[in-house]
Parts: sequence; C-alpha cells; structure tokens
Amino acid sequence: MANIKLDKLTKSYGDTEVLHHIDGQIEHGEFIVIVGPSGCGKSTLLRMVAGLETVTTGEVSIGDKMINDLEPADRDIAMVFQNYALYPHMSVEQNMAYGLKIRKLPKAEIKRRVEEAADILEIRDYLKRKPRQLSGGQRQRVAMGRAIVRDPQVFLFDEPLSNLDAKLRVQMRLEIRKLQRRLGVTSIYVTHDQVEAMTLGDRLMVLNGGYVEQFGTPIEVYEKPASIFVAGFIGSPSMNFVSATAANGVLTLSNGTTLATNTTAAGAVTVGIRPEHLFPNKDGVLKIEVDLPEKLGATTLVHGRISGAETAFTASLNGINAASTADVLSFDAPPEFLHIFDAETGKRIS
Amino acid sequence: MLKRVHFIKIMLPLLLVAPQIAVTIIFFMWPAGQALYQSFLIEDAFGLSSEFVWFENFELLFDDEIYLQTFWRTAVFSSLVAVLAMSIALVLAGFAERVIKGAGAYRTLLIWPYAVAPVLAGALWVFMFNPTLGIFPFLLEKINIDWNHYLNGGQAMGLVVAAAAWKQIAYNFLFYLAAMQSIPKSVIEAAAIDGASPMRRFWTITFPLVSPTTFFLLVINIVYAFFDTFGIIHAVTQGGPANATTILVYKVYNDGFVGLDLGGSAAQSVVLMFIVIVMTVVQFRYVEKKVEY
Repeated sequence: MANIKLDKLTKSYGDTEVLHHIDGQIEHGEFIVIVGPSGCGKSTLLRMVAGLETVTTGEVSIGDKMINDLEPADRDIAMVFQNYALYPHMSVEQNMAYGLKIRKLPKAEIKRRVEEAADILEIRDYLKRKPRQLSGGQRQRVAMGRAIVRDPQVFLFDEPLSNLDAKLRVQMRLEIRKLQRRLGVTSIYVTHDQVEAMTLGDRLMVLNGGYVEQFGTPIEVYEKPASIFVAGFIGSPSMNFVSATAANGVLTLSNGTTLATNTTAAGAVTVGIRPEHLFPNKDGVLKIEVDLPEKLGATTLVHGRISGAETAFTASLNGINAASTADVLSFDAPPEFLHIFDAETGKRIS
Repeated sequence: MLKRVHFIKIMLPLLLVAPQIAVTIIFFMWPAGQALYQSFLIEDAFGLSSEFVWFENFELLFDDEIYLQTFWRTAVFSSLVAVLAMSIALVLAGFAERVIKGAGAYRTLLIWPYAVAPVLAGALWVFMFNPTLGIFPFLLEKINIDWNHYLNGGQAMGLVVAAAAWKQIAYNFLFYLAAMQSIPKSVIEAAAIDGASPMRRFWTITFPLVSPTTFFLLVINIVYAFFDTFGIIHAVTQGGPANATTILVYKVYNDGFVGLDLGGSAAQSVVLMFIVIVMTVVQFRYVEKKVEY
C-alpha cells in the first residue's frame, strides 16, 4: 500500500526555514494537489518526497516505511518535470525504457511495457523519434510514459502542464486525471494554477509561505476556506473582502451597511464573499458602484466599489446582463455565503 | 543576409577591415607564402646559393625513413596527449560539478596550469624528473624503477606526454565544466529517479550530452599536441634521446635551424600547414553538424 505520510516536515537552507512543520496523510490511490503561489515551497516539498532535496527535520514515509535517507532511485517513485527532462540524445522508446533497463528487466518485458504505455498515451507513432522532433504536448506524453512504464508506487508531478498552451493544458489535465484513476497510483501534483488544483485533486494542500493553510477536498476548500489567503487564492474571480465589525449576529461594514450573519463572531472581522454569491436584487442591501463591466459571454463580471467604502468589489452575473451598464447595482448577500475571518489572524471564524 | 545598401560607398568598409587584412597578410599569408617558396629551393652545402627544384624536397622527405617514423611518433604523441588531457579533465569536471563548498576556489586552482608558459611547464617537469636531482626519480627508485629519461626513450616520451597533457587539462576542464553546467539539472534528476547510479548517470547521460564538446576538444587538443608542445619538448628532452621525442614540429625546427636544411624544413612546414588545413576543415564541417543529439 502506497500511502504517504508527512510528519512535521521542515526544510531549511542555512538559517532560513522555508517549510514549517508540514503534516499530511495521503491515502493509497489518492490524488493530492499541492497548490500555492510561486515561492511558497510547494516544489521543494515535492522534491523532498522525491529525494531530490534533503529533509531537515521530520519524516517522510511511503507505505509506512520511513524514506528520509533513501536515494531517489530506491523510493519507487516516478516524477514528471516541468520541463519534461527527457533525455535529449535518446529516442522516445529509449527514454521510456531507460529506467527499466537499469532495473535489468528482460528485453521482451521492457518492449511490452513501453508499447503498452505508448498505446495508452497514443504516442506509438513517435517511438523512434528524438525529443526535439516532438511538440510540447507530445513531449509531455513521453514524460508521462516514462513515469508509467516504471509502474511505481507513487507519481510526482512538478507543474507538468505549465509549459503548454491553454487548450492543450485543459486536454492534458483531463488525461492525467483519467490516467491516474485508471492506474490507481498515489499521486502528488504541484501547481500554482488553482483551476488545475480544483479539477485534479481528490484533496488540495494549500501552501503559503511554507505553511499549510488548508488540507481538504476541493469543495471544502471552496466552501469553507480556512483563511483569508485560501479564500482569495481558490476560486476565480477571487473572493471579495471587506472589513466589518461583528456583534450579535450583525455585521456592520465600514460604510455602515449591515448584513445578517449566522455566526457568533464578535469584534473586528474581515468578511469575504465570492463574486458568484452576490445575487442582484433591486432591494439588496449591498450597493456597488460599477466601474467596469466585463462581458465574457456566459457570465458578466462587474468590477466596482462598495458605495461609501472604497473597497474594490467584483460580482459575477449570469449571461450578458443588461443591468451591468447601470451605475449602481444592488445585491443580496445571503448569510450562508458569507465567510467571516478574524481581522487580525486571517483565520476563519466558525 | 545583410543587404548591400548598408554601405553605398566602398571606401569606408574597406578602411574598416584594412587593419585586420593587413595583419593577416603580413603575419600569416606572407610567411606562409615564403615557406611554400622555400620548400621548392635547395641550398648548397655552404648556404651561398639556392636552386629551384620544384618538388624534390618533398620527394626526399617522403623517401626518408626517419621522417615517416616522426609522423608515426607524432600520431602516438598527440593521441596520448589528447586522450590523457581530455579524460582527466572530464573526470575532474565531473567531480567539480558535484562540489558545493569551495567550488570557486577549486575551479580557479584547476585553471592555473593553463596560464603557465610551455617552456616553464617543461622546466618544472625537468626539475621534478631530473635523474640525479629530481624528487620523482628518487621516489621511483624506492619501487625499483630506474628513471632516466636522458637514456630511456620510452620514459622520455612518457615525460613529455605528461607535461604536455598536464598543461592542457585546465583548458579542457573549463570547456567540460561549462558543457556539464549547461545540461538541465532536471535531466540528471530524472535519471536519478529512474534508478541510475551516479556512475551510470555520468556515462549514459552526461557523457553523451557533452559529446559536441568532446569532439571540439579532440580537434583542439590534437592541434595543440601537434604545434604548441614545441616549448615543452625543447625544454625537457630536445627531441631526444635518439629522436625518441622528436615530433613533426620539433623536426621542422631541428632540420631548419640546427641542421640548416632550410628547403627540407620548409617542405615539412608545408606538410604541417596542410595537416592544419585538413583539421580545420574537419572541425568546421563536423563540429556543428555531425555531433548532435
């Protein structure tokens, strides 16, 4: 069973600690996405699991076996790199067979596995080509192929789609997901793209500044973000934030608008509300002065400010909404869609 | 392609390239032409007159057993120098790539020998291996090796090869290090994850990927061994004992300035010139085209 356990993992370069007490339990066959802005330590964390970076303190285990001091080769993992890291002087076939040859598998077995992987990834026609003769998408497939022929316990993906164009990225994203489901191999996938994170992951580990902000299913992360950071990072367009004072189930925004809430929060708070959870209503309490409507076809994004408080606000309306040309729009903000965070710590309240 | 309209008048461009052309003509074309002309002349025994003999010098040369032996000796010498200098440099670069602490100092120190003039390098080795005074013969004696490169041709060859290779290692090291550093780190990491040991990674990934550099250095090193080792040989063995370390370029000097056979010496330098031309063509032809991945 290839479950992965991260136990109080830290990483320091000299005196600078870049990862702080990372804990996490990953079940067999689970697809975990580590997501965060650049420089948050997500790649470092992945590389520690791969054995390409040393562990400063704490423990990494795969299948209940501590692997801190194991060479990457002995960890039974396969990794797909951002730049694919194909061996440029070898053909596609040799690239895929390299790891198997080192493990001294019989020739016939190597051939069978390479061809099987090539069929799955539809790269059978390119087996004799060199990487430089392939397009970005094809190289990506070869990199995947090299990972799957090894039949490892764990797949590690380090932003594998970031070098592809937008359309190909969506397509490969689906394929990676399908492939992982089909093979049932425990996977860790690093990305800074929150859409990739939401669509791929069974669970997300949201990382910021070397801390785990939240570790949960995409829906949990979306519906109950644990901090202002997570709330702002996950979801597109980003959540709106406005400071407010809470007392007795009533939130008073800085411009005097009051919103009902069903939490028991009290004192200075930050209220978050997603653009898609603002419902247009002539009598709505939340008034927004429109600066710029963006018509995207399926939705219209209204960028503006809360009347009386110069806080930027975005609302997402269905369809090409005529109302978006108005100067001031009114919205309902139902209490179940309000996210309340402690103004000081940024942590979610209730 | 640049368009012709960039320069309407012809004078300015000519003026701009004139210094380079002048240098080329005065220092390269003219001496080369002189050598070519000399090679068609035979001087009388007293050096008072010379006779134009067309290719007689070349005929004499290629009938000369000693010259053909020198050819063979030069081939052995250059291959030994090139292989030794390149393989040691490759290994050192391989290690230097892995060094993290003090990498700068380590690399700088490895580059120093390149700054040593050939004659000085030769002098160093002469002192170290002097049969009566040197430290190495003294040490070698303890393991029952009688070192005397003044008498033993094989030892003399070994010594000049070592001295010549030692000087070239620094140069090769620089190129190999640069080539290795340009290999994406992730490729090596991918190989590590694929289960390759450091040794295997080096031979199956790093070495093939630096092959363009290897080919380039091979040509450079052979040219070096052919021509630039004169100073070392002159300082260490003077081509001896009994011609055991006389390579082509040393024979050119010896026959011309010691033996005073100017025509024969010039003919030899024309042959050398031809060899350089061939090597240069090979280098230009294949360095960028053939060795690719």
